[in-house]
Amino acid sequence: MLILSCPYCGVAADETELHPGGEGHLVRHGPGSSDDEFESYLFLRRNPRGVHVERWRHVHGCGKWFHAARDTMTMEVIGTYPAQVSEPPSEILNALGARSA
Amino acid sequence: MKHYSAFAIAREALRGHTGWERAWRKATPKKKYDVVIVGAGGHGLATAYYLGKNHGIKNVAIIEKGWLGGGNTGRNTTIIRSNYLQDPSAAIYEKARSLYETLSQDLNYNIMFSPRGVLMLAQTEHEARGYKRTAHANALQGVDTEFVSPERVKELCPIIELSGPRYPVLGALWQARAGTARHDAVAWGYARACSDMGMDIIQKCEVTGVRSDNGQVSGVETSQGSIDCDKLCIVVAGHSGHLAEMAGFRLPVESVALQAMVSEPIKPCMDVVVMANTVHGYMSQSDKGEMVIGGGADGYNNYTQRGSFHHIEETVRALIETFPMISRLKMLRQWGGIVDMTGDRSPIISTTPLGNCFINCGWGTGGFKAIPGSGWATAEMVAKGEPGPLAAEFGLNRFREGRFIDESVAAGVAH
Repeated sequence: MLILSCPYCGVAADETELHPGGEGHLVRHGPGSSDDEFESYLFLRRNPRGVHVERWRHVHGCGKWFHAARDTMTMEVIGTYPAQVSEPPSEILNALGARSA
Repeated sequence: MKHYSAFAIAREALRGHTGWERAWRKATPKKKYDVVIVGAGGHGLATAYYLGKNHGIKNVAIIEKGWLGGGNTGRNTTIIRSNYLQDPSAAIYEKARSLYETLSQDLNYNIMFSPRGVLMLAQTEHEARGYKRTAHANALQGVDTEFVSPERVKELCPIIELSGPRYPVLGALWQARAGTARHDAVAWGYARACSDMGMDIIQKCEVTGVRSDNGQVSGVETSQGSIDCDKLCIVVAGHSGHLAEMAGFRLPVESVALQAMVSEPIKPCMDVVVMANTVHGYMSQSDKGEMVIGGGADGYNNYTQRGSFHHIEETVRALIETFPMISRLKMLRQWGGIVDMTGDRSPIISTTPLGNCFINCGWGTGGFKAIPGSGWATAEMVAKGEPGPLAAEFGLNRFREGRFIDESVAAGVAH
């Protein structure tokens, strides 16, 4: 079973305690954006074979949204971090760099 | 190709079965083909077959990373039905269902199509209303379905529990012409027919790159060398995003795991397929006697062909409520497949931003039933360079333009 540590309450939560929220760090486009931007925001996804940065909600816990970096080929969890950032924090990026090196 | 027949069986019985030949040739890649199809699953092989049969294009290679029919074609629960709400879906799934009826004769290969009927249970008032609406829509589309009473459900499937504590059966959408087929045989039958037309089926050949020249596809790089082609068709289900990235575009697709399982074989106890979408489970009995069970898909991206364990529990729990007699059955096998989900839960049969490169993907949790219709429509698109009437509504641009074929609402989870 997939286990993610909630960065807010520190609980190592089973996936039954969590709700997946899809790809993380999407740039939100709204009124006034081009068709390309809007299509990209609403529908187009990276869907990588490898590390996927995604959103989760600790729905049966503290209720908060957070991010997780997880490998879709191995189910390895690289790390979790809070929702209020626009890109992965440096320790996650370093871990990803170390993997690809 | 030697014709399969009762006479052939008798002849081979008399001479110790020494005269059977390989169903399809082992092939190594040629330098160039008119059409290269990536993916030797049901949809890819059917596309190749109808390219040859309907359009006379036979200089075709079907290349496959693993083995033929080893992806979702060999992992599904073999249900064939066409009781969809939206017109474009009903058209292509009904085309597929009708082709399945005569596919064994067409391919001279027994795909064991069994039109045993499919019941989709209505277990909430909302679901009952939805299925009545679908039955009316199907009547207009020329798809033969009806909404039946709980008593009729019990007649059709005596092992069902109508008055379960959580979700009593309020009726069902019944498609008598729907059913099941032997999933591997569909792939094998198409492969044999394609090979007979002179097409090359190349297994254990992974595509590592897509070559293009002035915005037109010119070939593919593979683990067995470079292959030139005039047209390329990507039919790789869960791995569509990966291939699209090589071809230089993105897809509105995410890949998730969907699981199924089979029980130990038991004596015949149900001769219809039952789908219970509210409680996320569906079940039929195979010819060997195993109960074939499918459930819901995971909610997150995954390429491992293993699903979440709790989904198995949810599926089994739901089915035990609906079929109390299976509560002591042992499960023999459980497995997962990687399905490609689109935003509106409808497939993509489309041209792409790369010239002469076509894609067939996004069948999500319900691709097996569509194989002949999908191949028919995709072959027409590849041959003519643009989608025909069956495929026209399933273009990639429908997301950008907001023309969804929204079956996620219509079909719920079990698609």
